[in-house]
Amino acid sequence: MIWDKTTIDMILKGIQETFFMVFISSLAAYIIGIPLGIALVVTDKDGIKPFPALNTFLGIVINLIRSVPFLILLVMVTPITKAIVKTTIGVKGVIPPLVMCAAPYIARMVESSIKEVDYGVVEAAKSMGASTMQIITKVLIPEAKPSLLVGASISITTILGYSAMAGFVGGGGLGTIAINYGYYRYETEIMFVTVVLLVVMVQLIQEIGMRFSRFTDKRIR
Amino acid sequence: MEKTITKNENSDEVRYSDITESRYETGYPDKDSNYPIIRIKSLSKVFKTKSGTVNALDDINLDIYKGEIFGIIGLSGAGKSTLVRCINYLEVPTSGDVIFEGRSMSAANEYQRRQARRAMGMIFQNFNLLSQRNVIKNICFPLEIAGVDRDIAAKKALRLLELVGLSDKASAYPSQLSGGQKQRVAIARAIATEPKLLLCDEATSALDPNTTKQILELLKDINKKLGITVIVITHEMKVIESICDRVAIIADSKIAESGNVADIFSDPKSRIGKKLILEDAVVNCDIVSGKKIRIIFDGRSSFEPVISNLILTTKAPVNILYASTRDIKGKAYGQMVFQIPGDDAEYKRVAAHLDSMGINYEEVTDYDMGQDDD
Repeated sequence: MIWDKTTIDMILKGIQETFFMVFISSLAAYIIGIPLGIALVVTDKDGIKPFPALNTFLGIVINLIRSVPFLILLVMVTPITKAIVKTTIGVKGVIPPLVMCAAPYIARMVESSIKEVDYGVVEAAKSMGASTMQIITKVLIPEAKPSLLVGASISITTILGYSAMAGFVGGGGLGTIAINYGYYRYETEIMFVTVVLLVVMVQLIQEIGMRFSRFTDKRIR
Repeated sequence: MEKTITKNENSDEVRYSDITESRYETGYPDKDSNYPIIRIKSLSKVFKTKSGTVNALDDINLDIYKGEIFGIIGLSGAGKSTLVRCINYLEVPTSGDVIFEGRSMSAANEYQRRQARRAMGMIFQNFNLLSQRNVIKNICFPLEIAGVDRDIAAKKALRLLELVGLSDKASAYPSQLSGGQKQRVAIARAIATEPKLLLCDEATSALDPNTTKQILELLKDINKKLGITVIVITHEMKVIESICDRVAIIADSKIAESGNVADIFSDPKSRIGKKLILEDAVVNCDIVSGKKIRIIFDGRSSFEPVISNLILTTKAPVNILYASTRDIKGKAYGQMVFQIPGDDAEYKRVAAHLDSMGINYEEVTDYDMGQDDD
């Protein structure tokens, strides 16, 4: 294996694809996961708007999806993927299953972050005549922000891991390169480089998330 | 609806009521008469737990009048925190009703209850400030909820901060404040919507004695200057003594007794009342056997040498076990517990002497003094 321009270009494209995949999937998964997570907390029997039936239903659906291994889910949802993005391979083909897999995970992360908010503060807001919506937008989310950011860095690195796994089914990005060249063609060097790149990306995301969380947290300093 | 804010230059007193965004009009026909601002009517609260039902409150009846500082005292677990939460319907009572400003809370819908809550501020033992907002934004918070214009809210918050004496901390975050400062911010926040009533749930329990005194002074000040009715929930008799006009003692989910603080202090009728008032004496006296008498001095008798006269007249040797004075609403009240080592005849002579002098006294039995198990 010679490190010519083609190889380097391929790896650069892989990085780009991975970033794109992770970014779009995380964004979409958060758009679904945040309301779900909030709904889990709010409709809890000790929540601010108890709705046990809905709470149990959401809990079961989330656990069901979360218990399916990602690679199985990837294949299982092929018809849905095809309906949404018209293909089941490449970067595009991986995004819908990634979102489906990550959204319930994120919902649980959001749920645990929101649950950390001191009930006393919620009670204070209630005593001021705040509505449920005001409590969510003005108390729960802002107060849980540092924890939500830590949760985001964990969730995004998990999505990055899944995106690499999708390489097995031709998902594109660094994972595909690692499998096609490194695994199937025994080009250890390429595999090594892609793995190192993935490690660096995980480190970066984790570190940025943690720092951002600490920086914005007004409880510290 | 909002009047413009005008600087009040010739007075150093902070103008409070420049803007009126959430006036909760009284339901009473005559606005100026002295009506109960809160009327608690046969209120009960039952909690269902895994091990059965718990009666947290049992048939509570109370009238709290406009402008007074009303204390509710009880030991922990007596139900006082539940009671205060039933007043603003954070806890919905199982039965009974709360009449706020002549209007029933139980008949109100969710929206009306929120409106009513805006007319009742509340402060807490743990302050419950928003940790991610600075002081000024915390004070703006209830105004934000009430939909007040941002600039007006900010100006008002600054003024409230001045009122509680924390102008220099406007941009500090709660984590940078001491307990007393946090409670001051919480008070400013609670009165930002110009409530008619301020509920204080163990507001000084997490503070040291000195800070407690300052916070109580501030509450008294707010009551006087702004005319806000204050309801104080506490387990400390000294809080009641220093600021309350009237008090209700709550024990075992019921009101044990209620009335003027001075009356209850000089003559507690209920067992729990005696226990709370004789709190310090309990520790000092329960080792000594024999007849014990507790005498109560009011402002008048504290100028007379009561004990000296007593000994000279009755020739009875008395053994002073406990003595203290307390300041109740600016009047000095003292109490003293002494033992009479002699026989019954001696006790009767002492009692007769106290009767003739018109001094309040009562016999203290071991039953009153002993620690009980609640």
